[in-house]
Amino acid sequence: MRARFILTKLVGALSTLAFVVAFNFFLFRVVNENTVESMFRGRNLSPSQIARLERQFNLDGSKWEQFTAYVGQLLHGNLGLSMKDFRPVTTVVGEALWPTVLLVGTSTLLAMTGIFFGFRAGWRRRSGYDVGVTTFSMFTYSMPDAWLSMVFLGLFASGLGLFPTGGLEDSGSNAAGLAKLLDQAHHMALPALVLAIAYIGEYTIVARSAMIDTLREDYLQLARAKGLRDSEVRSKHAQPNAMLPVVSLSALNFGFVLSGAIAVETIFSWPGLGQLTRNAATGPDFPVLQGLFLLFSASLIFANLIADLMYGRIDPRVGGR
Amino acid sequence: MSVLELHDLHVTYRTDGGSVPAVRGVNLSLDTGDTVGLAGESGCGKSTIAGAVLRLLPKGTEVSGKVLLDGEDVYAMKPGRLRAVRWTSAAIVFQGALHSLNPVRRVGLQIEEAILLHSQQSARSARIRVGELLEKVGLPAGQAERYPHQLSGGQRQRVLIALALACEPKLLIADEPTTALDVMVQAQVLRLLEELQREHGLSLLFITHDLSVLTHTCERLAVMYAGRIVEEGPSTQVFADPQHPYSRALAAAFPTIGDPASRMNPQGLAGDPPDPSALPAGCPFHLRCAVAAPECSSLDVALRPAGAGRSAACVHVGATDV
Amino acid sequence: MSERIPEAEATSPVIGSVPRSGRAVAWDRRRASAAGVWRGLRNDRLAMVGLVVLVLFALLAFAAPWLSDESSLSAANTGDNPIWAPPSWEFLFGTDHLGHSVAAQFLWGSRISLFVGLMATLLQIGIGSLIGLTAGFFGGWVDSVLMRLTDWFLVVPFLPLAIVLAAVLERGLWTIILVIGITSWPSTARLLRAQVLTVRQRLYVDRARSLGAGRLHLMRRHILPNVTPLILASTTLAVPISILTETTLSFLGLGDPTSTSWGGMLNSAKDNSAISGGRWWAYMPPGLGIVFVVLAVTLFGRALEEILDPRLRQR
Repeated sequence: MRARFILTKLVGALSTLAFVVAFNFFLFRVVNENTVESMFRGRNLSPSQIARLERQFNLDGSKWEQFTAYVGQLLHGNLGLSMKDFRPVTTVVGEALWPTVLLVGTSTLLAMTGIFFGFRAGWRRRSGYDVGVTTFSMFTYSMPDAWLSMVFLGLFASGLGLFPTGGLEDSGSNAAGLAKLLDQAHHMALPALVLAIAYIGEYTIVARSAMIDTLREDYLQLARAKGLRDSEVRSKHAQPNAMLPVVSLSALNFGFVLSGAIAVETIFSWPGLGQLTRNAATGPDFPVLQGLFLLFSASLIFANLIADLMYGRIDPRVGGR
Repeated sequence: MSVLELHDLHVTYRTDGGSVPAVRGVNLSLDTGDTVGLAGESGCGKSTIAGAVLRLLPKGTEVSGKVLLDGEDVYAMKPGRLRAVRWTSAAIVFQGALHSLNPVRRVGLQIEEAILLHSQQSARSARIRVGELLEKVGLPAGQAERYPHQLSGGQRQRVLIALALACEPKLLIADEPTTALDVMVQAQVLRLLEELQREHGLSLLFITHDLSVLTHTCERLAVMYAGRIVEEGPSTQVFADPQHPYSRALAAAFPTIGDPASRMNPQGLAGDPPDPSALPAGCPFHLRCAVAAPECSSLDVALRPAGAGRSAACVHVGATDV
Repeated sequence: MSERIPEAEATSPVIGSVPRSGRAVAWDRRRASAAGVWRGLRNDRLAMVGLVVLVLFALLAFAAPWLSDESSLSAANTGDNPIWAPPSWEFLFGTDHLGHSVAAQFLWGSRISLFVGLMATLLQIGIGSLIGLTAGFFGGWVDSVLMRLTDWFLVVPFLPLAIVLAAVLERGLWTIILVIGITSWPSTARLLRAQVLTVRQRLYVDRARSLGAGRLHLMRRHILPNVTPLILASTTLAVPISILTETTLSFLGLGDPTSTSWGGMLNSAKDNSAISGGRWWAYMPPGLGIVFVVLAVTLFGRALEEILDPRLRQR
């Protein structure tokens, strides 16, 4: 029963992944013909050069042949070559992966504190606390992350000089160990804070409405009748139930934070996937963009899968227990 | 000694649409070992009384009059005292539908929680006690490991009864404990409640819309309509010879056991219960009453004696030609 | 639960009036329910604040041609304005790296941002409604296929997809609108499908069907009137997302190269080192403009949703 639940979710995730792969191909080869001529606009290429490039970028043959070749390459972990410097896309993306994992991971953890505020606000619905938290959440929700980054950068880095203006670490420094770590943390503080502020409201609002949905439940009345304190009723009975929708929506929120990294990294020159996405989009460097899109989609599908499985673990009614 | 006394209890809910008087002056008293049934249609205020006894009504609800538990005014208690009294002086047997138990916690844990809250026991001995309680209500002790959705409606109701007994209260308030169950199970649960009541010498306030259930279980009966008690007396007498026309209509609905439609809408009773926020003038029942007199539209009759140990709130009571 | 306003009750409240056509009664009912919605909004102070702010911005955008000359913003026309002049009486929001008035750009940019936000929302709601209504109404395999597609699109990361599309397609105003429209419809589709299923299950639709009503009639007279409020509420709540997405895309340099929106202003400020140069006036106005508009629409939309969405009213 439990194994079957996991299997169903796995198959679902894989089918979505297959859709993304097909869709990815469709976008880059059908919507945009993406011929060598269009990719290397403005460069004078001889016919033999074009033929070589076509082979290199897997653009020869019929669309079906291209598709099977594309899938075949994917299965071998080959995402093609960057048009900018002809390095493998996997290498280019791989270099940018870690900084983004660090940044988005930190910000997601920070933003998830919003769940706590949302629960308390929902529990005391229409109280001053609730109004304050909701207003703050809506405010942060309304701020474009790009603009918030600019304000923070202008104020705390350029203006007050409290933080470095960008990058992963001080250039030219050969600090190691703890010093290097502190330097990186110093560089990451502002972008991580901006991302967290920009998306904390998402978590807060979801948690608040999940809590409000549980307020009327009879088992809370029973818990109160048993003689539990108000705070115990909330933490032991209301929160575990309100957590369920929050878990399943967290994957969606993770997608938001990941997307938010694109603008934030661009402004803070953070050498991660976001900045790479921006450069690949404006280049344009289609193979890199294609690889990035696949990676973003896959990580979101993965996040959804994790959320589904976690849901199965914490809700005894699903997951076949 | 009185385990529970209600003196002129009024409860008024505050809603967006204004104030809604749900209970309008109820007097009731239960001694040790007493069994009293409280009957009426949904919306008549009977469940509000259950909530009022343990101060469980929503914030902002207006309560006046007195609620005495073991002679102590519930509404004068400090929060700590109130929490201590809850479940130890009086416990509620909630309706066994899926929503009364926390769906993500094992049922044993939910019983254990109450025991640990009100006594200085180790978790181990509390767990043993949970097993005993479950066996007492006819469930294997191993059911403690189950989640609510894994139990049938009848089993859940038994769990809720075990839960109510956890802290050995003197008073048990059963709030529609058989409503969600089918007839066979209903009978089993009723028998269980009766046995437990006798065995422990409990006082029982049994709230239901099903008059037939009460005659077996309760010695005395109070019929509520529009936030007031309209008839009170020994249950067999009230049932066999109701004095108030509303009780008569409720009693007439008795024969069709198991048909929910006839239970919700008593036979021979036209119309819906009145909207508590807009009660008609005079006797609140007169618009549906088969024997309404002209003065009923202006005269609101209080409970008046109607034989030995009986009372009813109707102009016809005491008159000979009903 | 059933005292919801748009509910088409069979009982006519009109007493003592001449018999009237069903259509006229339906109109009365609709007018009465609209009045009810307005009353609800009037009671919500935050919603009214949002509405006022929104109307102000709409008026500003509308009046732009009378307040400022668009040609003054063309790249060729720098005149002899000082560059990077801080805010003053002459240049309310200062000037940018070319000596263009930031206030004038803000004014003209509001038109682009609001237009794109509105159009993209309409497109999104259009696609979402079509798919949601079709799936909910026909059920069966149509429903399965459409919902599978919706689920897929729900998982695909929205902004990266929009970026990819914007990069793949020709740059332009309508491309941006198209991109936002076709990336954000899935949630609308799901919402509407669920609502159609609920409406369909209600008794009176069955009654209408058993009386031999055609599918079109069913859709037009029974289902559409019942889902319209929901469409309205979700439209309002989709506008902020469209505006924010437009901002991000333009900020990343993927917007329309021929006209400058608020997001484009942010992009230009960043590219011309307004941040490191301390020229806050170049990016504060467009950013605050977005915050105010998005906040206003959100406040208004949430109030509207709370009034119109049956699931929220039960709380």
